[in-house]
Amino acid sequence: MTASVGNVLVWAVWVAAAFACLGSGVAVVSFSNPFFSALALIGNLGSLAVLYLLLSAEFVAAAQVLVYAGAVMVMFLFVIAYVGPRTESPWAGGPSWQAVGAALAAAALLVEIVVVIGVKASGRLSHSEDITRAFGSPREIGRLFLTDHLLAFEITSIVLLVAAIGGVILGAHSRRAADEVPPL
Amino acid sequence: MGPSVSWYLGVAGFLFATGSLGVLLRRNPLIVLLSLEIMLNGANLALIGFARHLGDGDGQIFALAVMAVAASEVVVGLGLIVALNRKRVTLDVDRLNTLRG
Repeated sequence: MTASVGNVLVWAVWVAAAFACLGSGVAVVSFSNPFFSALALIGNLGSLAVLYLLLSAEFVAAAQVLVYAGAVMVMFLFVIAYVGPRTESPWAGGPSWQAVGAALAAAALLVEIVVVIGVKASGRLSHSEDITRAFGSPREIGRLFLTDHLLAFEITSIVLLVAAIGGVILGAHSRRAADEVPPL
Repeated sequence: MGPSVSWYLGVAGFLFATGSLGVLLRRNPLIVLLSLEIMLNGANLALIGFARHLGDGDGQIFALAVMAVAASEVVVGLGLIVALNRKRVTLDVDRLNTLRG
Protein backbone atom coordinates (compact mmCIF):
# COMPACT_ATOMS: atom_id res chain seq x y z
CA MET A 1 0.00 0.00 0.00
CA THR A 2 2.69 2.48 0.98
CA ALA A 3 4.72 1.44 -2.05
CA SER A 4 1.88 2.32 -4.42
CA VAL A 5 1.34 5.69 -2.68
CA GLY A 6 5.04 6.44 -3.11
CA ASN A 7 4.80 5.38 -6.74
CA VAL A 8 1.90 7.74 -7.40
CA LEU A 9 3.80 10.54 -5.68
CA VAL A 10 6.89 9.94 -7.82
CA TRP A 11 4.78 9.98 -10.96
CA ALA A 12 2.99 13.18 -9.90
CA VAL A 13 6.29 14.96 -9.22
CA TRP A 14 7.68 13.65 -12.50
CA VAL A 15 4.70 14.87 -14.54
CA ALA A 16 4.77 18.31 -12.91
CA ALA A 17 8.54 18.72 -13.37
CA ALA A 18 8.52 17.39 -16.95
CA PHE A 19 5.71 19.67 -18.09
CA ALA A 20 7.26 22.68 -16.34
CA CYS A 21 10.52 21.81 -18.09
CA LEU A 22 8.95 21.48 -21.56
CA GLY A 23 6.72 24.54 -21.15
CA SER A 24 9.53 26.80 -19.98
CA GLY A 25 11.75 25.46 -22.79
CA VAL A 26 9.18 26.50 -25.38
CA ALA A 27 8.80 29.84 -23.56
CA VAL A 28 12.56 30.55 -23.79
CA VAL A 29 12.46 30.08 -27.56
CA SER A 30 9.25 32.03 -28.17
CA PHE A 31 9.51 35.12 -25.90
CA SER A 32 10.39 38.28 -27.81
CA ASN A 33 12.18 39.92 -24.87
CA PRO A 34 15.50 38.22 -23.91
CA PHE A 35 14.94 39.18 -20.27
CA PHE A 36 11.80 37.03 -20.08
CA SER A 37 13.60 34.27 -21.97
CA ALA A 38 16.35 34.24 -19.34
CA LEU A 39 13.77 34.10 -16.53
CA ALA A 40 12.03 31.19 -18.27
CA LEU A 41 15.39 29.43 -18.57
CA ILE A 42 15.82 29.71 -14.79
CA GLY A 43 12.50 27.88 -14.41
CA ASN A 44 13.65 25.29 -16.92
CA LEU A 45 16.88 24.67 -14.99
CA GLY A 46 15.00 24.39 -11.70
CA SER A 47 12.55 21.81 -13.01
CA LEU A 48 15.45 19.88 -14.57
CA ALA A 49 17.07 19.79 -11.11
CA VAL A 50 13.87 18.14 -9.81
CA LEU A 51 14.16 15.51 -12.57
CA TYR A 52 17.81 14.93 -11.58
CA LEU A 53 16.69 14.36 -8.00
CA LEU A 54 14.18 11.77 -9.21
CA LEU A 55 17.08 10.07 -11.02
CA SER A 56 18.98 10.03 -7.68
CA ALA A 57 21.65 12.42 -8.95
CA GLU A 58 21.65 14.62 -5.85
CA PHE A 59 25.04 16.26 -6.34
CA VAL A 60 24.36 17.12 -9.98
CA ALA A 61 21.01 18.65 -9.01
CA ALA A 62 22.69 20.83 -6.38
CA ALA A 63 25.41 21.86 -8.84
CA GLN A 64 22.73 22.64 -11.43
CA VAL A 65 20.94 25.02 -9.07
CA LEU A 66 24.10 26.64 -7.73
CA VAL A 67 26.19 26.95 -10.89
CA TYR A 68 23.59 27.18 -13.65
CA ALA A 69 20.50 28.80 -12.16
CA GLY A 70 22.69 30.86 -9.83
CA ALA A 71 25.96 32.01 -11.36
CA VAL A 72 25.48 31.56 -15.11
CA MET A 73 21.99 33.04 -15.23
CA VAL A 74 23.00 36.05 -13.12
CA MET A 75 25.75 36.69 -15.67
CA PHE A 76 23.16 36.42 -18.45
CA LEU A 77 20.81 38.87 -16.73
CA PHE A 78 23.66 41.36 -16.16
CA VAL A 79 24.60 41.30 -19.85
CA ILE A 80 20.95 41.65 -20.93
CA ALA A 81 20.64 44.66 -18.62
CA TYR A 82 23.90 46.08 -20.01
CA VAL A 83 22.96 45.61 -23.66
CA GLY A 84 19.56 47.13 -22.99
CA PRO A 85 16.08 45.87 -23.72
CA ARG A 86 15.52 45.24 -27.37
CA THR A 87 12.71 43.06 -28.54
CA GLU A 88 12.17 41.35 -31.84
CA SER A 89 9.18 39.52 -33.13
CA PRO A 90 10.33 35.94 -32.70
CA TRP A 91 9.01 34.36 -35.86
CA ALA A 92 9.63 37.23 -38.27
CA GLY A 93 12.57 38.70 -40.15
CA GLY A 94 14.72 36.92 -42.69
CA PRO A 95 13.48 34.91 -45.62
CA SER A 96 10.59 32.58 -44.99
CA TRP A 97 12.42 29.58 -46.45
CA GLN A 98 14.86 29.95 -43.56
CA ALA A 99 12.12 29.69 -40.96
CA VAL A 100 10.51 26.73 -42.75
CA GLY A 101 13.87 24.98 -43.03
CA ALA A 102 14.63 25.55 -39.35
CA ALA A 103 11.24 24.18 -38.29
CA LEU A 104 11.69 21.15 -40.57
CA ALA A 105 15.18 20.47 -39.21
CA ALA A 106 14.01 20.65 -35.60
CA ALA A 107 11.00 18.43 -36.35
CA ALA A 108 13.25 15.90 -38.10
CA LEU A 109 15.53 15.81 -35.05
CA LEU A 110 12.57 15.24 -32.73
CA VAL A 111 11.14 12.47 -34.90
CA GLU A 112 14.53 10.76 -35.14
CA ILE A 113 14.99 10.78 -31.37
CA VAL A 114 11.47 9.54 -30.67
CA VAL A 115 11.74 6.77 -33.27
CA VAL A 116 15.09 5.60 -31.90
CA ILE A 117 13.76 5.54 -28.34
CA GLY A 118 10.41 3.99 -29.26
CA VAL A 119 11.45 1.38 -31.79
CA LYS A 120 15.01 0.43 -31.07
CA ALA A 121 15.30 0.67 -27.32
CA SER A 122 11.85 0.38 -25.77
CA GLY A 123 12.20 -3.24 -24.69
CA ARG A 124 15.60 -2.84 -23.11
CA LEU A 125 14.91 0.44 -21.31
CA SER A 126 11.86 -0.74 -19.41
CA HIS A 127 13.61 -1.82 -16.21
CA SER A 128 15.69 0.10 -13.75
CA GLU A 129 18.98 -1.18 -12.40
CA ASP A 130 19.27 -1.44 -8.65
CA ILE A 131 21.60 1.13 -7.17
CA THR A 132 23.30 1.55 -3.84
CA ARG A 133 22.62 4.42 -1.47
CA ALA A 134 25.98 6.03 -2.31
CA PHE A 135 24.98 6.49 -5.97
CA GLY A 136 25.09 10.17 -6.92
CA SER A 137 26.30 11.34 -3.52
CA PRO A 138 29.07 13.97 -3.34
CA ARG A 139 31.42 11.38 -1.87
CA GLU A 140 30.93 9.02 -4.81
CA ILE A 141 31.22 11.84 -7.38
CA GLY A 142 34.43 13.04 -5.76
CA ARG A 143 35.87 9.54 -5.71
CA LEU A 144 35.11 9.06 -9.41
CA PHE A 145 36.51 12.48 -10.30
CA LEU A 146 39.79 11.95 -8.46
CA THR A 147 40.41 8.32 -9.42
CA ASP A 148 38.85 7.15 -12.68
CA HIS A 149 38.33 10.53 -14.33
CA LEU A 150 41.30 12.56 -13.11
CA LEU A 151 42.33 13.56 -16.65
CA ALA A 152 38.82 14.87 -17.44
CA PHE A 153 38.89 16.83 -14.17
CA GLU A 154 42.20 18.50 -15.02
CA ILE A 155 41.16 19.24 -18.61
CA THR A 156 37.95 20.84 -17.29
CA SER A 157 40.01 23.14 -15.08
CA ILE A 158 42.15 24.16 -18.08
CA VAL A 159 39.01 24.84 -20.16
CA LEU A 160 37.63 27.07 -17.40
CA LEU A 161 40.96 28.94 -17.11
CA VAL A 162 41.13 29.56 -20.87
CA ALA A 163 37.52 30.73 -20.92
CA ALA A 164 38.18 33.13 -18.03
CA ILE A 165 41.19 34.62 -19.86
CA GLY A 166 39.15 34.88 -23.06
CA GLY A 167 36.31 36.62 -21.23
CA VAL A 168 38.72 39.16 -19.75
CA ILE A 169 40.32 39.85 -23.15
CA LEU A 170 36.97 40.19 -24.91
CA GLY A 171 35.46 42.38 -22.21
CA ALA A 172 38.50 44.62 -21.64
CA HIS A 173 38.39 48.18 -22.89
CA SER A 174 40.44 48.64 -26.01
CA ARG A 175 43.63 50.58 -25.42
CA ARG A 176 43.51 52.06 -28.90
CA ALA A 177 41.48 55.17 -29.56
CA ALA A 178 38.00 54.70 -30.94
CA ASP A 179 38.90 55.93 -34.44
CA GLU A 180 41.73 53.42 -34.74
CA VAL A 181 39.40 50.49 -34.13
CA PRO A 182 38.53 49.04 -37.52
CA PRO A 183 34.81 48.96 -38.27
CA LEU A 184 33.20 45.59 -38.17
CA MET B 1 8.74 2.42 -9.16
CA GLY B 2 8.43 5.68 -11.01
CA PRO B 3 8.82 6.41 -14.69
CA SER B 4 11.31 4.37 -16.70
CA VAL B 5 14.26 5.94 -18.43
CA SER B 6 12.45 6.18 -21.80
CA TRP B 7 10.21 8.92 -20.38
CA TYR B 8 13.24 10.93 -19.36
CA LEU B 9 14.76 10.37 -22.80
CA GLY B 10 11.56 11.65 -24.41
CA VAL B 11 11.76 14.85 -22.36
CA ALA B 12 15.45 15.17 -23.23
CA GLY B 13 14.74 14.74 -26.95
CA PHE B 14 11.97 17.33 -26.87
CA LEU B 15 14.23 19.80 -25.06
CA PHE B 16 17.02 19.23 -27.59
CA ALA B 17 14.65 19.78 -30.54
CA THR B 18 13.20 22.93 -28.94
CA GLY B 19 16.67 24.34 -28.37
CA SER B 20 17.76 23.57 -31.92
CA LEU B 21 14.65 25.35 -33.23
CA GLY B 22 15.62 28.42 -31.22
CA VAL B 23 19.23 28.31 -32.40
CA LEU B 24 18.19 28.06 -36.03
CA LEU B 25 15.28 30.50 -35.96
CA ARG B 26 16.07 33.36 -33.61
CA ARG B 27 18.26 36.30 -34.66
CA ASN B 28 19.10 37.85 -31.29
CA PRO B 29 22.46 36.32 -30.22
CA LEU B 30 21.39 36.42 -26.56
CA ILE B 31 18.41 34.17 -27.26
CA VAL B 32 20.57 31.95 -29.46
CA LEU B 33 22.85 31.43 -26.44
CA LEU B 34 19.86 30.71 -24.19
CA SER B 35 18.55 28.13 -26.69
CA LEU B 36 21.99 26.57 -26.77
CA GLU B 37 21.75 26.14 -23.01
CA ILE B 38 18.47 24.26 -23.52
CA MET B 39 20.17 21.89 -25.97
CA LEU B 40 23.02 21.24 -23.53
CA ASN B 41 20.56 20.56 -20.74
CA GLY B 42 18.62 18.11 -22.89
CA ALA B 43 21.84 16.19 -23.47
CA ASN B 44 22.60 16.37 -19.74
CA LEU B 45 19.21 14.89 -18.87
CA ALA B 46 19.83 11.98 -21.23
CA LEU B 47 23.27 11.39 -19.69
CA ILE B 48 21.90 11.36 -16.15
CA GLY B 49 18.97 9.16 -17.17
CA PHE B 50 21.34 6.59 -18.61
CA ALA B 51 23.61 6.85 -15.57
CA ARG B 52 20.61 5.91 -13.37
CA HIS B 53 19.50 3.21 -15.80
CA LEU B 54 22.89 1.52 -15.89
CA GLY B 55 23.66 2.13 -12.22
CA ASP B 56 26.97 3.75 -13.24
CA GLY B 57 28.15 7.11 -11.96
CA ASP B 58 30.24 7.94 -15.03
CA GLY B 59 27.29 9.61 -16.76
CA GLN B 60 27.00 12.07 -13.89
CA ILE B 61 30.71 12.91 -14.19
CA PHE B 62 30.14 13.58 -17.90
CA ALA B 63 27.15 15.80 -17.05
CA LEU B 64 29.26 17.84 -14.64
CA ALA B 65 31.95 18.26 -17.31
CA VAL B 66 29.24 19.42 -19.76
CA MET B 67 28.14 21.95 -17.13
CA ALA B 68 31.67 23.36 -16.88
CA VAL B 69 32.00 23.57 -20.67
CA ALA B 70 28.61 25.33 -20.85
CA ALA B 71 29.78 27.91 -18.31
CA SER B 72 32.93 28.55 -20.38
CA GLU B 73 30.88 28.87 -23.56
CA VAL B 74 28.55 31.39 -21.89
CA VAL B 75 31.53 33.48 -20.76
CA VAL B 76 32.98 33.66 -24.27
CA GLY B 77 29.60 34.21 -25.95
CA LEU B 78 28.58 36.99 -23.58
CA GLY B 79 32.04 38.57 -23.95
CA LEU B 80 31.52 38.65 -27.72
CA ILE B 81 28.07 40.21 -27.30
CA VAL B 82 29.45 42.91 -24.98
CA ALA B 83 32.31 43.62 -27.42
CA LEU B 84 29.85 43.87 -30.34
CA ASN B 85 27.58 46.15 -28.36
CA ARG B 86 30.54 48.41 -27.52
CA LYS B 87 31.29 48.79 -31.24
CA ARG B 88 27.65 49.74 -31.89
CA VAL B 89 27.09 46.74 -34.09
CA THR B 90 23.50 45.61 -34.56
CA LEU B 91 22.87 42.51 -32.49
CA ASP B 92 21.58 40.31 -35.30
CA VAL B 93 23.28 37.03 -36.10
CA ASP B 94 22.35 37.31 -39.77
CA ARG B 95 24.34 40.52 -40.14
CA LEU B 96 27.46 39.18 -38.45
CA ASN B 97 28.77 37.59 -41.63
CA THR B 98 32.33 38.83 -41.78
CA LEU B 99 35.31 37.79 -39.71
CA ARG B 100 37.42 40.86 -40.44
CA GLY B 101 38.87 42.22 -37.22
